[in-house]
Amino acid sequence: MSGPWRAELGRVAAVAWKDLTAERRTRANANAVLFFAVLVLVLFGFAFGPDADALRVAAPGVLWLTVLFSGVLAFNRSYQVELENGAFDVLLLYPGDRRAIFLGKVVANLVFVLLIEALVVPLAALLYGLPLLAALPGLAAVVLLATLGLVTVGTFYGAMASRVRAREVLLPLLLFPIVIPLLVAAVEATTAALAGDPMGEVGAWIRLLIVFDVVFFIACVLAFEHVIEE
Amino acid sequence: MADWSRGAATPGRPPAVEVEALARRFGRRWALRGVDLRVEPGEAVAVLGRNGSGKTTLLRVVATLLRPTRGRVRVAGRDVVREAAAVRERVGLMGHAPGVYDDLTAAENLRFALRMMGRAVDEQRIAAALEAVGLGREADERVRGFSAGMRRRLVLARLRLQQPEILLLDEPYASFDAEGVELLNAFVRETVERGGAALVVTHDLARGEGVLERAFVLDGGRIVQEVQVTGRPGAVREVVP
Repeated sequence: MSGPWRAELGRVAAVAWKDLTAERRTRANANAVLFFAVLVLVLFGFAFGPDADALRVAAPGVLWLTVLFSGVLAFNRSYQVELENGAFDVLLLYPGDRRAIFLGKVVANLVFVLLIEALVVPLAALLYGLPLLAALPGLAAVVLLATLGLVTVGTFYGAMASRVRAREVLLPLLLFPIVIPLLVAAVEATTAALAGDPMGEVGAWIRLLIVFDVVFFIACVLAFEHVIEE
Repeated sequence: MADWSRGAATPGRPPAVEVEALARRFGRRWALRGVDLRVEPGEAVAVLGRNGSGKTTLLRVVATLLRPTRGRVRVAGRDVVREAAAVRERVGLMGHAPGVYDDLTAAENLRFALRMMGRAVDEQRIAAALEAVGLGREADERVRGFSAGMRRRLVLARLRLQQPEILLLDEPYASFDAEGVELLNAFVRETVERGGAALVVTHDLARGEGVLERAFVLDGGRIVQEVQVTGRPGAVREVVP
């Protein structure tokens, strides 16, 4: 691997390590996001009532809305730590490609959201009576691809929102419309995977998730430098 | 240790900082309205002015953190807009806020900084940098428990590791005790003696006496006065707005 590439990968790893180390120490974000996710799952459960069939039908949508809402908290927090002590300016002033900052934050947010999902998905299976073990590994592929797409776009818009005052409100307003195709694909693929994929449609939804991930990953990487300019 | 002194002695070496007709607007308000200034290699220059006079905006444009609305800014001969990456390799910033991470230790903050600079993590250099700013014993303590002055010292340790050619300091004397001020001034002196330069935004010119050679006074986004400070004991009182 050539020198510049190695240096950029080193910066990506440094940003991811820094964010994950700070989170591991405080668990401030993890506790809040996990508590919020559990609360959303339980509240939706109450909203749909005791009908087990209704809960099972609604479960994929509830699961992905829970991940989306929890993700918003995580993406906002990801830049909040940079703004607290004016660290964002210092981060932007380091030599090298600024896209390494974005990629490092994507890695950190991906690990964080996947860890949250590792707790939330089994809990959803328990609360909503989902056949989780039977749906693996199709469900795992859906979770991984949908999370990658959500984290990429969420980290990007988190950077954009971090430059304005009403960032907590702005991020969902920017993020939610963009991730509608991802949300639809993730919910449909999850529904099909949990039903044992009788129509063989999981593959088609996974292909849509891959296209979403590739398109938005490239677009976000290319545009990142422009959105962080003041 | 970095040494730019060969360049300093070379005729035709570009100015460390060259600002021409710089204007910067935020919405409908002009923060800078046509600023011209020049800092030569081997020089430490202060920028003074009342709150809202445009000092920090000027520094942020020079640091590539803000784009000029009009005018041209060059750092070591590189344009801050077209050659921003090259400028960032040459400048070191001590901003108004310290820019350190509370949940990392002092040593971890410096390790992170070295990795972001693309340099090898050298534990001995990190220990020496912390020792030099009086934080040797706090190396493995989380920054969350540090006072404002200790955070400033940690930023100074980061600058010592970075050894930038051009120092951009925004209110650097705030929060420092007398020893901290002396450490900072010694570092500025070292930098300019090696052929580097410093642009220092401050309200407290007296604390930089003996280090800062010239001072520009900004008012309403324009430079209204330029004063030679070195060798004139009364000059500090004369220019402090």
